[in-house]
Amino acid sequence: MTALCAAAVLVALVPLVSLLWLVVSKGGAGLSLDFFGSVPAPAGEAGGGVGNGIAGTLYIVGIACLIGVPLGVGAGVYLAEKSDTPLGDAIRFTAEVLSGVPSIVVGIVAYGLVVLPMRRFSALAGGVGLAVLMVPTLARSTEELVRLVPRALLEGSLALGVPEWRTSLRVVLRTALGGIMTAILLSVARAAGETAPLLFTSLNNQYWNWSADQPTAALTVQIYNYAVSPYQDWHDKAWSAALVLLLLVGSLSLAGRLLSRRRFR
Amino acid sequence: MKRIPLIAGLALAIAGASLAADKLLINGAGATFPYPIYSKWFSEYNKLHPNVQINYQSIGSGGGIKQITERTVDFGATDAPMTAEELAKAPGILHIPTVMGAVVAVYNLPGVDSLRFSPETLAGIFLGKITKWNDPAIAKDNAKAKLPDAAITVVHRSDGSGTTSVFTDYLSKVSPEWKTGPGQGKSVNWPAGLGGKGNEGVTGTVKQTEGAIGYVEIAYGKQNKLPMAELKNHDGHWVKATLESVSAAAAKAEIPDDYRVSITDAPGNDAYPISGFTWLLVYKEQTDPAKGDALVHFLWWALHDGQKDAPALDYGPLPAPLVKKVEGTLKSITVQGKPVLAARK
Amino acid sequence: MQPASNIATAERAPERLPNAAPARVNVPDRAWAVALTVLGAGVLVVAAIIIAELWHTGGTSLTRTGAVAFVTRSVWDPTRDIYGALPFVYGTLVTSAVALLLAVPVSIGLAIFLTEMAPGAARSIISFPIALLAGIPSVVYGLWGLFVLVPLLRNPIEPTLAKALAFLPLFQGPPIGLGYLAAGVILAVMILPTITSISIEVLQTVPGPLREAALALGATRWEAIRIAVLPYARAGIVGAVMLGLGRALGETMAVTMVIGNSPTIRASLFAPGYSLPAVIANEFAEASGALHTGALAALGLLLFVVTVLLNIAARLLVRMSRRGPARVAA
Repeated sequence: MTALCAAAVLVALVPLVSLLWLVVSKGGAGLSLDFFGSVPAPAGEAGGGVGNGIAGTLYIVGIACLIGVPLGVGAGVYLAEKSDTPLGDAIRFTAEVLSGVPSIVVGIVAYGLVVLPMRRFSALAGGVGLAVLMVPTLARSTEELVRLVPRALLEGSLALGVPEWRTSLRVVLRTALGGIMTAILLSVARAAGETAPLLFTSLNNQYWNWSADQPTAALTVQIYNYAVSPYQDWHDKAWSAALVLLLLVGSLSLAGRLLSRRRFR
Repeated sequence: MKRIPLIAGLALAIAGASLAADKLLINGAGATFPYPIYSKWFSEYNKLHPNVQINYQSIGSGGGIKQITERTVDFGATDAPMTAEELAKAPGILHIPTVMGAVVAVYNLPGVDSLRFSPETLAGIFLGKITKWNDPAIAKDNAKAKLPDAAITVVHRSDGSGTTSVFTDYLSKVSPEWKTGPGQGKSVNWPAGLGGKGNEGVTGTVKQTEGAIGYVEIAYGKQNKLPMAELKNHDGHWVKATLESVSAAAAKAEIPDDYRVSITDAPGNDAYPISGFTWLLVYKEQTDPAKGDALVHFLWWALHDGQKDAPALDYGPLPAPLVKKVEGTLKSITVQGKPVLAARK
Repeated sequence: MQPASNIATAERAPERLPNAAPARVNVPDRAWAVALTVLGAGVLVVAAIIIAELWHTGGTSLTRTGAVAFVTRSVWDPTRDIYGALPFVYGTLVTSAVALLLAVPVSIGLAIFLTEMAPGAARSIISFPIALLAGIPSVVYGLWGLFVLVPLLRNPIEPTLAKALAFLPLFQGPPIGLGYLAAGVILAVMILPTITSISIEVLQTVPGPLREAALALGATRWEAIRIAVLPYARAGIVGAVMLGLGRALGETMAVTMVIGNSPTIRASLFAPGYSLPAVIANEFAEASGALHTGALAALGLLLFVVTVLLNIAARLLVRMSRRGPARVAA
């Protein structure tokens, strides 16, 4: 039986190793300054890159953070501090349930809510969709982190006459900040890897774009388009773009974990 | 706490950047059929007018029609003319023909470089009735080919497609069984096969799957070096899809004022039976002055200078009389009541 | 004589000194409390918006012919405006079933290995790749699936299965690589980290004394795991599997890239199929006509409801097992 379990480890590792190996070897070959700095070339022509996709992903995820982080972290603090009310229970339950919503469904909602009224595809719509995905996990993580703050700290601050709101902000949140930053970075990493909600919200763009109300390229959407195309050149670009995406997502996750480790030293 | 000013500063910078941009971004979406030539045109035009960026997303003709109807894009693109029902939802929309193209049957059969399909055979394959490559119906038209005893994998479109519309229009004309069965449309109930997204997806799947057959725009077949079948046209001649045979299909066609016409199964000795126009969809009354102006000037350029790029990519340029007619239509496009091209000849 | 308890717990009115200043409303505190409540309620608003938007667009599709009729109709024909969810429900179920069949034994084996057998160092070394697997975006899995898994399935895996198990309708038909099996395998790889990490959590809550008691009674290591540990953790592990299933149901990109996108119902795992998220991803951007868009939104609503219910049930199970079952052995 032990052998079977050890075999399970190997079976689990094979796809991972295969995937990482291919992404690094096939993708690495295509990396160049041009790849990072330029926009896609017309169909069938060589050259071009995913510069606008990298920028677009960062932009859309940035918008998602502006919306999702205050909402998620705020809801988490609320849940931790005022948890025993029926409203608190309802919110906690809803957050747990929302964290399992498929991302494509969120895309439908963002389309109806933002794209149709605005009459255009936009980075904003994409950001709204990603924010909806970020909020539930951020709320739950923040709640657990704030609860971990020792009560003695909280009570000590109150006893010294510091008002409740200031205690919350400067004592409780500051103590939990490392963990919260980790949670934020991890949800950013997840948001950066999403494709489905962007397909009909931010659509895609052949050019650089910094306007929140215009379609915007995203790395994930570019990988998808390149992968299902018939051009070998675009397939190679898909691997390189995937490498860039993994590096982006990986460094965000790594930064998150390192941050939490430092805080507890 | 210290992060709040940082976030606010970032937000201001982003807002500032969007205000500072003096580039005009025009968004369009639609057919994958003309994507090779459109992407070339937009890139060329951008080199001539660097401040005009035309962002085109090839999401399929169905997507193009939907998005322009909902006005979430500035122009749409389709190879399937809008139906009466669709036109009713987008009052004031114009179909501007740009180029002609051919839909070819591509296949992946190692060792077999040329095949012929009669109309009945092609319909039979896509109906799922003919399931093996060495079926007698295929062998009948291809006496010299070594057909393997392998299963046929049909590849069709998974998205709403003008290419599908042209292809099923042809099949409906040549096969009564097809007409009453799946019928004609941008998305039909395919009896067999798997779906690829866009012309790109179908080409990619056929390329990677031995024994597969699919229908794509000729540029995709050529660019990916896939063998393309010869077809029997309306007059009973075997023709390949070429510039000449596609242009021949339009030669005898009567083109109505709104340009919505089907030229599949066209009469003529040299006509290729699955040919079609492709159109850009724009509103007659443009609401945004800057975009409307840029768009109409681009369309004029495409109608004249752009046509030179068509043959190299295996698209048929528009016949001269048609160009004259379209010029008239372009001159009728207005911005805030005034025609855009008033200053031109 | 008054009972001691009465003296001790007798209610006393709060004392107030006669000249005390009136209680003042602390504005910043109130503002802070209100702000937090608003943000907290924001979560409820988000959920309400999702449900409202889905119902607004897709509700009529369900009520027009009845929800049951919609779900059981097997025809999806946009040309004739006939919409039925069955091909997608079927595809989603089949691919998820394949995924669970492949992932659950591996995940549980992995979890047992890491908690019961491996020394501490090995646990942290191996949990790192598992965490990596969890973080890989769906579209990258799809890329790998399209260019590595599908060709592998086309040759030699599917032909081998076809030859060995030809009598089963599951393995008949041309091996094109794309199809239910490809989607099922990719989903298995994607849900493996979820099931593994939650199972590890659950197994770690099993009290040491339980295991030790079994060993003290003469059980081998495996018998101890089978008799003492697994029954205790059973509810939680089922919960972990359900959470994995929930993830599999909602996966879009990797599935749409390898499933073949054919809205049909076929018995063979080699056949191309479709899933609920995949059809929405492919057709939503272009669905013109209220009926088509409505039908897609109805599919989204269906997916939403199913994943929500599954999620609730799963988390209840995991929470129950954390608090310990009412009885220990089966």
